[in-house]
Amino acid sequence: MSQIHVSTKINGDATEYLCEPDETLLDVLRDRLGMTGTKEGCGTGDCGACSVTLDGRLVCSCLVLGAEAEGCEVGTIEGVAEGEALHPLQTKFLEHAALQCGVCTPGFLVAAKSLLERNSDPSEEEVRYWLAGNLCRCTGYDKIIRAVLDTAKEMRSA
Amino acid sequence: MPLDHQANQDEKDFRIVGQRPLRPDGIDKVTGRARFGADMTAPGMLIGRVLRSPHAHARIRSIDTSKALALPGVKAVVTRDDFGEVSEDLHDVLVNCMAQDKALYDGHAVAAVAAISASVARKALKLIEVDYEVLPHVTDVDEAMAADAPALYENAADESVPAGMSKNVVRRYEFGHGDVETGFAAADAVFEKSFKTEATHQGYIEPHACLATLGPDGQGDLWVCTQGHFAVRNVCAALLGMEVSHLRVTSSEIGGGFGGKTTVFIEPVALALSRKASRPVKMTMSREEVFRASGPTSSTSMDVKIGMNSDGRITAAFAELRYQGGAFVGSPVEFGAMSAFAPYDLEHAKTVGWDVVTNRPKQAAYRAPGAPMAAFAVESVIDELCKHFDLDPLEVRLKNASTDGSQASYGPKFGKIGLTATLEAAKNHPHYSAPLGPNQGRGVACGFWFNFGGQTCVSLNIQDDGTVGLSVGTPDIGGSRASMGQMAAEELGIPYEKVRTIVADTASLGYNDISEGSRVTFSSGMATIQAARDAIQELCSRAAQMWGIDEDAVVWEDGHAKPAGENAGKFDPMSLADIAAVAANTGGPIAGHAEINADGAGQSFATHMVDSEVDPETGRVKILRYTVFQDAGKAIHPSYVEGQFQGGAVQGIGWSLNEEYIYGEDGRLQNAGFLDYRIPVASDLPMIDTVIVEVPNPGHPYGVRGVGETSIVPPLAAIANSVSAAAGVRLTHLPMSPPRVQKAIKDAK
Repeated sequence: MSQIHVSTKINGDATEYLCEPDETLLDVLRDRLGMTGTKEGCGTGDCGACSVTLDGRLVCSCLVLGAEAEGCEVGTIEGVAEGEALHPLQTKFLEHAALQCGVCTPGFLVAAKSLLERNSDPSEEEVRYWLAGNLCRCTGYDKIIRAVLDTAKEMRSA
Repeated sequence: MPLDHQANQDEKDFRIVGQRPLRPDGIDKVTGRARFGADMTAPGMLIGRVLRSPHAHARIRSIDTSKALALPGVKAVVTRDDFGEVSEDLHDVLVNCMAQDKALYDGHAVAAVAAISASVARKALKLIEVDYEVLPHVTDVDEAMAADAPALYENAADESVPAGMSKNVVRRYEFGHGDVETGFAAADAVFEKSFKTEATHQGYIEPHACLATLGPDGQGDLWVCTQGHFAVRNVCAALLGMEVSHLRVTSSEIGGGFGGKTTVFIEPVALALSRKASRPVKMTMSREEVFRASGPTSSTSMDVKIGMNSDGRITAAFAELRYQGGAFVGSPVEFGAMSAFAPYDLEHAKTVGWDVVTNRPKQAAYRAPGAPMAAFAVESVIDELCKHFDLDPLEVRLKNASTDGSQASYGPKFGKIGLTATLEAAKNHPHYSAPLGPNQGRGVACGFWFNFGGQTCVSLNIQDDGTVGLSVGTPDIGGSRASMGQMAAEELGIPYEKVRTIVADTASLGYNDISEGSRVTFSSGMATIQAARDAIQELCSRAAQMWGIDEDAVVWEDGHAKPAGENAGKFDPMSLADIAAVAANTGGPIAGHAEINADGAGQSFATHMVDSEVDPETGRVKILRYTVFQDAGKAIHPSYVEGQFQGGAVQGIGWSLNEEYIYGEDGRLQNAGFLDYRIPVASDLPMIDTVIVEVPNPGHPYGVRGVGETSIVPPLAAIANSVSAAAGVRLTHLPMSPPRVQKAIKDAK
């Protein structure tokens, strides 16, 4: 089985890789490109720890083949901050103590950023439903929801 | 300088403790840089995979690995033959990591391979031929106790178990005092009920993962996500026949544990594969493997009988608890029996616990192991009695609450405890008087956890620029590096930002017990304070030397050495940075150490209050409002204390409403994934309100009590009481999934 050559853009950087036909984008990111910020919690699309954006669409990278990223723009947790400058969501997650173990955090940040790009003023219920595909076992979600709502408020007034 | 346990307990004295600084590992965790168990690689690394039994119970006649070994890219295969004799206390650990004569549960490891890629490893697993003789199995605790149940072992019971019982009943425990029959005879009413709870999983989002390197020189390195890397080192060294110092274990960032990462599963296997292949081997569990073959908690069957007078005073209480702990001795029924009646000051109390083996994975600790189920049964019966006598459930609990000096039902007398304070806080909270709508109900319940201390080592190095490196040996599973940094900064009198706290590897510190038993902030905090005081003594000594005065004539105040007594004011105070800068000329580097067995962990109590709404047609339950009242002793970092309260409550919500291990007739787990084993998601929940009660623990210099586990003890009961009130019928079987609630409502009509 020969490998597939893929040209893509990851966090704005042109990137090429070879992957197996049955290899997931998650495995490509983690094992071939060393981008281990994207986490595997289940491998079946149930936990959201591997959330990335594919041409702006929020997806579980464990359910996308590496080959499917051909010609696409991929956004991962490594691209959420701009250089030294944290994204407001990252800052608010820290201030609100919205993480305990932190393994679900990259997925939550990618998903929440995707929400705020579509809806700058989400209600608590909208945030809860948007993030219902991201599992967190430590926090009970309370501080995560508060951090996202607080970020939205701050970004609106900025 | 002796530890003064009374010092600094007045909140006004604290400068940094009680504040909410950012955690030192925060930036790494919001940018994806933090390295968890599966995030490490090594040159020449192989990938390891495990072959698991498809049978719940089977004799393994033979294992043929020759075809797997012949597959190109396969570098090593291990089976039961690759592990030697081990001591009796580690026998079960070894058998659980690699099946010996029998596969004891669906998912039990039978063999493992290391190959150049995951896909080659997977192919190799299919080429391993195992000849099984399938045996009858049992997975339900009550069925396992039946006289004619299939037996896992011939002789696993000890002398505590009476003759004539099922061979699966392996231990009996009994606690209590007084004479319950006398107490029941004196009661105005005696209620008795039976309860069941299903097995749940800790559900940490990070599957088990490790990277093992064990070369021909016998020197090993292990990178692993674990709650206790020192324990992993000792167990793995013993299973591999290594000397302890020849294995260095580094704890990665850990993506949740909740007790489930307190033991070993794949780690000894990875080391064995690495030794055989002479190359590093990385192993990760899939989510399915985590469910099938790590350590969920017990399922239970319980009877509780309580007598009460019409004024609400409990006259006697009895509980019989039956917990299956999977295929090995050691369910947490002993803790269940000890904790069942701990919140109450009873004249007559008795609990009996039965430890039962079944064809399920070996249970591991899950947050206050054994206590939530017992509390569910006990608090449900108390709730029924409150309704019977039309008494306020908080008043009844206040009337019976354990207080300072109460005789605990498990033996000791309580010291200073905060149960009453949590009940008073609950009674006075607006939640308690908020109106309820139709099909809504409110439940309250209390919970208790022992809290532990244990072996703890800390090293605190004063650097020459006045910053401080703090090395602790307890993996940080929820923000503890922040609280350690706060306590060090508080004690030294320097800014929090000047302290960097790390979790050191096993070669760098003496033995540390596992991060369990809610012990980290208490024990590592105590050791940190002691190490800081050790360093302060040296800092004062160096200042005294420079000033040419007696060491005893120097005091440490506000981060400075100051001349005291008759020398007061004679020299300018020297800061920690001033003294550190010239340390090379005054005797060399300055450090503080503590190697302790932390004693005096204060018991912890909580009261939970929850409102729920039941859809009478579908049986679906929605949690509307939730408030946690818990004694933290002293909250070092209140945000992470609140986080522990909220996380425990929500795990309790999942346990109460959704989560359960479902086994088929074939003894195989049917829902080994997050789609069918449903943990709470954000849209299921309201905000979780918290009230931190602070009744300082006299056993800790700052008054700290562990907070991590107590928060999961009351929710099962509080939610059951709430749902029972809303549904108009008592729910006695967890989880209260829609079909069970619907059936209970229908049966009651």
